[in-house]
Amino acid sequence: MSDLRELYQQVILDHNKSPRNFRKIEDANRSSEGYNPLCGDHLHFYLKVEGDVIRDIGFQGSGCAISKASASLMSSALKGKTKGEAEALFKRFHDMVTGDMDAPPDTEGLGKLAVFAGVREFPARVKCATLAWHTLHAALKGEDKPVSTE
Amino acid sequence: MSAAYLSLARSGPAETLAGAFDVEKVRADFPILKRRIYDRPLVYLDNAATAQKPQAVIDAIERYYSAENSNVHRGVHYLSQRATCAYEGARAKVRGFLNAAEDREVVFTRGTTEAINLVAQSYGRGHVREGDEIIISEMEHHSNIVPWQMLCEERGAVLRVIPIDDRGELLLEEYERLLNKRTRFVSVVHASNVLGTVNPVQQIVKMAHRWNVPVLVDGAQAVPHAKVDVQELDCDFYAFSGHKLYGPTGIGVLYGKIGLLEAMPPYQGGGSMIRSVTFEKTTYAEVPNRFEAGTPHIEGGIGLGAAVDYVNEVGAAAAYEEGLLAYTTEALREAPGLRLIGTARQKVGVLSFVMGDIHPHDIGTILDREGVAVRAGHHCAQPLMRRFGVPATARASLAFYNTREDVDALVRGLHKAREVFG
Repeated sequence: MSDLRELYQQVILDHNKSPRNFRKIEDANRSSEGYNPLCGDHLHFYLKVEGDVIRDIGFQGSGCAISKASASLMSSALKGKTKGEAEALFKRFHDMVTGDMDAPPDTEGLGKLAVFAGVREFPARVKCATLAWHTLHAALKGEDKPVSTE
Repeated sequence: MSAAYLSLARSGPAETLAGAFDVEKVRADFPILKRRIYDRPLVYLDNAATAQKPQAVIDAIERYYSAENSNVHRGVHYLSQRATCAYEGARAKVRGFLNAAEDREVVFTRGTTEAINLVAQSYGRGHVREGDEIIISEMEHHSNIVPWQMLCEERGAVLRVIPIDDRGELLLEEYERLLNKRTRFVSVVHASNVLGTVNPVQQIVKMAHRWNVPVLVDGAQAVPHAKVDVQELDCDFYAFSGHKLYGPTGIGVLYGKIGLLEAMPPYQGGGSMIRSVTFEKTTYAEVPNRFEAGTPHIEGGIGLGAAVDYVNEVGAAAAYEEGLLAYTTEALREAPGLRLIGTARQKVGVLSFVMGDIHPHDIGTILDREGVAVRAGHHCAQPLMRRFGVPATARASLAFYNTREDVDALVRGLHKAREVFG
């Protein structure tokens, strides 16, 4: 039960139930689609990028608690950040959820996103936690092909 | 199973003796059931994805590789004869299992998917023209949708779909309306991998035959639970996979009526499927070799033969399985906020469900930590998910080695999921 609580932390359950920034941004200048066809998780991201800064970010879609909470927390964390900062955070997040299970997780600089450290113990769910990030990455790069983490 | 079209009973004298089926004895035949997962006993309820393997199947494969390994249908040497004998012996066992009229009607494939593709490509391309129609049902697995869609696209033909009701039963009056003089083929599932529904296949075949239309039955989920008699069903093709019948992966069966198979062109070209080859012209081997190009999955065939022997030996499990299905259905109905998807009157032990706002993948992860293996997802049946308005379901599927204790562990896990998600 303890590792389940590690995975399904209260913050994650809360963001799953009431996802933040869960909306389409009508005047978005970047957008992208993330879809894991085997499991069915499906996310659309909408970004308003001005110069180098992510001014606004919203998403819509459906999926499990992990993918939805990850999208929600990511969107909150990235508002106002530069593209470079977003990419750096992506790398940190990715390293944390795919890191060595026996070493303590490296959550430095991740703030609230550290709640996903428990995902390391559930290798089958890493793809759920990272779908939002890969989708965002595609939006920032201007790629128009749907992204998958399967 | 009172319906005439499918007798769930495997014939055998034990059937009449209540309690003659000894589940503990059966469980002892499956080594994997002894192992623990996260320090809990394994509760394996993902049998519709693949079944576990009894020692007899594992031994048959090991014996083949340690004592008989050789290629089949080729060498004159001793080992090649032994391997050929074992492989063709497996074909004969499958013939008996399905009650096909002759061994030649049993074509080995990689699985149900390849069997359906074989028919779509070989029979389908020879008979389906622009404007023709092919009928499938709303509860098909992608493997019984996509091959027909590909054929329709290539030929300019039309795919028609038999709808289902809210219980998950086919609307036969709609099927009757879909059949017409443009219909060239009907392909339906025997037992649904999502809903568990057992379809009235004999009746479906009879209705198609009135229009002289052949029928393929996808039996992947039916053969592990039901005695299938292809002559009684009078279906033209029947497909199933070895690994869901306690056999190895990578081997499956296409049964076809001999008259149809003999008139069909090859599916793939290569070794084994030829009579003579020159650069000007090749003539093809007889059925079934015509459809088995290349060195076959010899170990798979032998393993499947051992699985058929094993299932025959276990014998009458139908009453036990039916009792367990009833118990599971009842137990799930009492789980917190659970909705069963698929409540047909004739079912095999496949139970799909959703639980309020908890996503099936989260249910799957929580159950996994309890040692309970279920499937979560769309089960390769996306149109069916849309029909029931859910993105995915969790699915528990039963085999004859499952027990009421397994079901109790599942229900305990579901309570835990409710607890975690509040």
